[in-house]
Amino acid sequence: MADKIIKQALKGGEFLIRESSSADTFIPEEFNEEQKMMAQMAEDFIDSEVLPVNEQIDHQEEGLMIKLMNKAGELGLLGATIPEEYGGFGKDFITGTLLTEKIGAGGSFAVACAAHTGIGTLPILYFGNEEQRKKYIPKLSTGEMKAAYCLTEPGSGSDALAAKTNAKLSADGKYYLLNGQKMWITNGGFADVFIVFAKIDGEKFTGFIVEANSEGLTRGEEEKKMGIKGSSTRQIFFQDVKVPVENLLGEIGKGHLIAFNILNIGRLKLCAAAMGATKRMATISVEYATQREQFKHKISDFGAIKYKLAEQAIKIFTVESAMYRASKQIEEKAHDLIGSGLEYPKALMGAAEEFAIECAILKVYGSEMLDYVVDEAVQIHGGLGFSEEYTPARAYRDSRINRIFEGTNEINRLLTVDMLLKRAMKGQLDLMTPAMSIQKELMSIPDFSSEDEAPYATQRKQISNMKKGILMVAGAAVQKLMMALEGEQELLMNIANMISESYLCESLLLRVMKMNEIGIASAEHNDILNVNFHDAADRFHFEGRNALSSFAEGDELRMMLLGLKRFSKTEIINTKDCRRRIAARLIDANKYCF
Amino acid sequence: MKFLVCISKAPDTTTKIAFTDNNTKFNNDKVVFIVNPYDEWYALVRALELKEKLGGTVTVINVGATDCDAIIRKALAIGADDAVRIDAEPIDAMFVAKQIAQYVKANAYDLVLCGKETIDYNGSEVGGMIAGLLDWGYVSLASSLELNGDLATLNREIAGGYETVVVKTPFVLSAAKGMAEARIPNMRGIMAARTKPVAVVPVFACENYTTILSYELPKEKTGVKLVSPDNVDELVSLLHNEAKVI
Ligand SMILES: Cc1cc2nc3c(=O)[nH]c(=O)nc-3n(C[C@H](O)[C@H](O)[C@H](O)COP(=O)(O)OP(=O)(O)OC[C@H]3O[C@@H](n4cnc5c(N)ncnc54)[C@H](O)[C@@H]3O)c2cc1C
Repeated sequence: MADKIIKQALKGGEFLIRESSSADTFIPEEFNEEQKMMAQMAEDFIDSEVLPVNEQIDHQEEGLMIKLMNKAGELGLLGATIPEEYGGFGKDFITGTLLTEKIGAGGSFAVACAAHTGIGTLPILYFGNEEQRKKYIPKLSTGEMKAAYCLTEPGSGSDALAAKTNAKLSADGKYYLLNGQKMWITNGGFADVFIVFAKIDGEKFTGFIVEANSEGLTRGEEEKKMGIKGSSTRQIFFQDVKVPVENLLGEIGKGHLIAFNILNIGRLKLCAAAMGATKRMATISVEYATQREQFKHKISDFGAIKYKLAEQAIKIFTVESAMYRASKQIEEKAHDLIGSGLEYPKALMGAAEEFAIECAILKVYGSEMLDYVVDEAVQIHGGLGFSEEYTPARAYRDSRINRIFEGTNEINRLLTVDMLLKRAMKGQLDLMTPAMSIQKELMSIPDFSSEDEAPYATQRKQISNMKKGILMVAGAAVQKLMMALEGEQELLMNIANMISESYLCESLLLRVMKMNEIGIASAEHNDILNVNFHDAADRFHFEGRNALSSFAEGDELRMMLLGLKRFSKTEIINTKDCRRRIAARLIDANKYCF
Repeated sequence: MKFLVCISKAPDTTTKIAFTDNNTKFNNDKVVFIVNPYDEWYALVRALELKEKLGGTVTVINVGATDCDAIIRKALAIGADDAVRIDAEPIDAMFVAKQIAQYVKANAYDLVLCGKETIDYNGSEVGGMIAGLLDWGYVSLASSLELNGDLATLNREIAGGYETVVVKTPFVLSAAKGMAEARIPNMRGIMAARTKPVAVVPVFACENYTTILSYELPKEKTGVKLVSPDNVDELVSLLHNEAKVI
């Protein structure tokens, strides 16, 4: 194997069975000057125009959200990644991720913006025909029109395809009559265009572009929400709404392709937005900890607080590594697909589909990272953290939605494993060969060969072991349970978590290796790497043990548990000292600084 | 109307200041540099506003090495038409002023705008020196600027209020808060910045008057001591014995 150098780029999900090189990995330290300038622009906009009026936004002050979105449109933020021929700026996917991250710090505004530019605009860009694109995209990319996405209904959330909204072709064949009800529609209060999913004749799930001023379309009351209170969320009712046949989106009966493909990109973007919100809160927590004194000490002097500060940085830096790694892979894949004759929007969608597994992982870990950081922000602020007059309370409430929309985290965890197994079944991903060789390895004497001297050899070994562990657990589960595996969700969750841990660890390693190669890795970057590998090994082992014991027993279980132990091996390090060093850097910089 | 706006790079306001080489050099490591806010927010934006209203061109000029390219492009992204970089490390205010004055002599401008100071050394000297070297009028601390033909009307900050002055172009001004509002560059501007001309001009040889002996950080502020209002004796004793001010 080793002598055959594989030049081909990594396919989606393939991280599990192939090694990646740091040279092929994009790291955020490589943004070019233009990307940095655009990022700064987005940040300046959020800091100077959005955050100062957060309170008014939360109270849904009349016209304010629209005004801010128009401003974002003027700056070009709504059309950054839209091709120039449709009135956008034609920027690459990585720049798009970066801008989403920066806007993500903007709370409710960020949600409105993301719904508009993502699930609102992209269905037309990716699935619309030329007339539809020409008609809507330029206006959506400047913000002259605002968009919303209507998939969820009172009776169908996670099970989106069970929608009841019905479409019926008129006798003269000129329009569809839409009837039904959608729920939880972001931007519902002011959108000019709705992407609506309905079943033609109660059967064929199909997408439609519906203009807000259509007769028979009404908006419900604003939902009273726990967080992102400034984001408009309403029910939308359709009563004999006439939708011209030209507004049918994509193909009849192929609405699921739109709904699911849009979500792939949406999930990575959700991670990016969560990243922006997380970094902002991490900074606010550091600032508070270095200023608040108790027992004659800054609370940042206390180990318990240092632990939290460091842990925030570890999570952020790790998820960020994976997020930009995946963004670059999607961009590269899109270019490959353009080479094979696809136009950019279709190519990008195909690329996101290819990396759907990675997108699902990022959605889950991005939203959970944010939840951890806002929770600790409240804790670090003590009583003030519980006061609505300080930032953490709102951030805490705003964060929670991220684990629910764009597919709940349960659904995304299930999808992670499901998509992987489906690809294996279709022969797109050869999990069988490596799984078999692991079976053999389990029977043989452990490999005590002398340690590899190359940099980061132990971490690379740990990654390769984690992948073996996953193939062992998943392979045995498939063999044993076969079709019944689908019903064993607890086990699927364990496997999803194991896959995610290895994916995140690998992404982190590739980043630190590359930083080391170009001479910009500090001791603290290596601390982040080491702590995460140390702790991930335990989490990995825990998930694996629960998985194995759920379906295996006796000698087979014992053998696999021994294997799992071998595959969860990590170097024992003094994580306390590492965390203290990481915290010291944060405290010195008085902000999130990695 | 041809506007020339002087811009310099300054460390981001959150920078931790540190020195190297036995406290004789500012430590650039990990420092993020920005366009000096007085130059960007007030001088540049006002020049752009006037150009948009009256026509003309806005050129930015910087005395600095290649590490200034990023801040130059930021100014271009905000809307300047072109840029000039005089290829030299800025040594002190006189050096910078001589470089700029020399350039202005060779290239006619109607108005030279500076920020009222840079936020690093806070010298507030360059504008006045340029005016002196050119023998032009100088209005410092201007918080507004209107142009009518070759007559300019400016408000100047003075203690307790402001004064209004009228000057004939060409002249030099230093811009203070109030002259304009910060502008966030848009996507189009940022993308256009890459293609706008930046002329790199060799340094004009001149004598150098200053050398840095050493830098020093201000003493760390000590904590605040709270004394209860009914304990005046303690306050007096602290002021006398510890603070040694009475
Ligand atoms: C603020 C807000 C904004 C939103 N914006 C939009 C929007 O713009 N457009 C839009 O179309 N929708 C939107 N949604 C809807 C959102 O996508 C759904 O709420 C989400 O998909 C979950 O659906 P549900 O609420 O029906 O929950 P359910 O699907 O009923 O889920 C309830 C619980 O059961 C779990 N569960 C469900 N099915 C399974 C399963 N098969 N296996 C294991 N666990 C399962 C879920 O994970 C969850 O924990 C929004 C929701 C909110 C709250």
